Amino acid sequence: MRFKAEIDVMPLDALLDPQGKAVTNSMKSIGLPEIDGVRIGRHIRLFVEADSKDVAAQKVEEACKKLLANQIMESYSFVVEEA
Amino acid sequence: MKFGVVTFPGSNCDADMIYVLETIMGQEVEPLWHKDHDLKGCDLIVLPGGFSYGDYLRSGAIAKLSPIMEEVIKHANNGGYVMGICNGFQILTESGLLDGALLHNNTQKFISKNVHLKVGSSNTALTKGLDSNKAHKIPIAHGEGRFYAGEDTMKKILDNDQVLFYYADEEGAVTDAANPNGSLLNIAGICNEKRNVFGMMPHPERAADSELNNIDGKAFFESLLKFC
Repeated sequence: MRFKAEIDVMPLDALLDPQGKAVTNSMKSIGLPEIDGVRIGRHIRLFVEADSKDVAAQKVEEACKKLLANQIMESYSFVVEEA
Repeated sequence: MKFGVVTFPGSNCDADMIYVLETIMGQEVEPLWHKDHDLKGCDLIVLPGGFSYGDYLRSGAIAKLSPIMEEVIKHANNGGYVMGICNGFQILTESGLLDGALLHNNTQKFISKNVHLKVGSSNTALTKGLDSNKAHKIPIAHGEGRFYAGEDTMKKILDNDQVLFYYADEEGAVTDAANPNGSLLNIAGICNEKRNVFGMMPHPERAADSELNNIDGKAFFESLLKFC
């Protein structure tokens, strides 16, 4: 079976995200000063061949740990569904 | 001593490094390719600066998986010397040979300028030959050089005396104003616990030729030659 994973990789909350900070500041410039706390990460979509959703999730977990996220500075979360 | 300088797709300081080691320092240098499975008998492996694999995903994240890195990791685990400059430092943290990570500079700008370095630990082959009272003028050129490590890791780095260099001012004072990128404690370079793997963001190879009017970086290579 083929599964689709939607993965979010985000900078850890404790770390300064200069990109997010710059974009937060820009919200004032576009007339939206009520928006704050912008943090910018990365969205990754991929497909997995697996016998079940659980196995697909395990593969995605492994991909996140080994490559897609650096857990020293980032956290990850994902949703797996049948493609 | 035989040096090996690795070229990854996107490396751009490999030729400078080879020039300095060969022409300025008079050493034997073997150029190594990222697809090689053999370190060709080199004693010290240099991972040079640049943008390996276009910095895709994260700086150094793809390079750590290249065939040559399997050999570099084995070499390091057997006590062999490895030195990573700039992107090379990022590759070493990504591969787990060095602690911590290098985040986007706190200014979000790419910074290319001379900085001054104060020696942290003198107890490494890279720093033993350096004057610890001097502020060494060495250029940096990076967008992701903000050294970060979690609390426990930082404690380990400090307890084991693993900091090679701190960003300092011209007098050698380690101050917030002299920190170009927001690195924790002004850290510009560290080594591993076994003291055979070195990583630093500044580029000593860009300050080793008298034609460039700054040869502060030459002492770094002299130290390696004397103490490795």
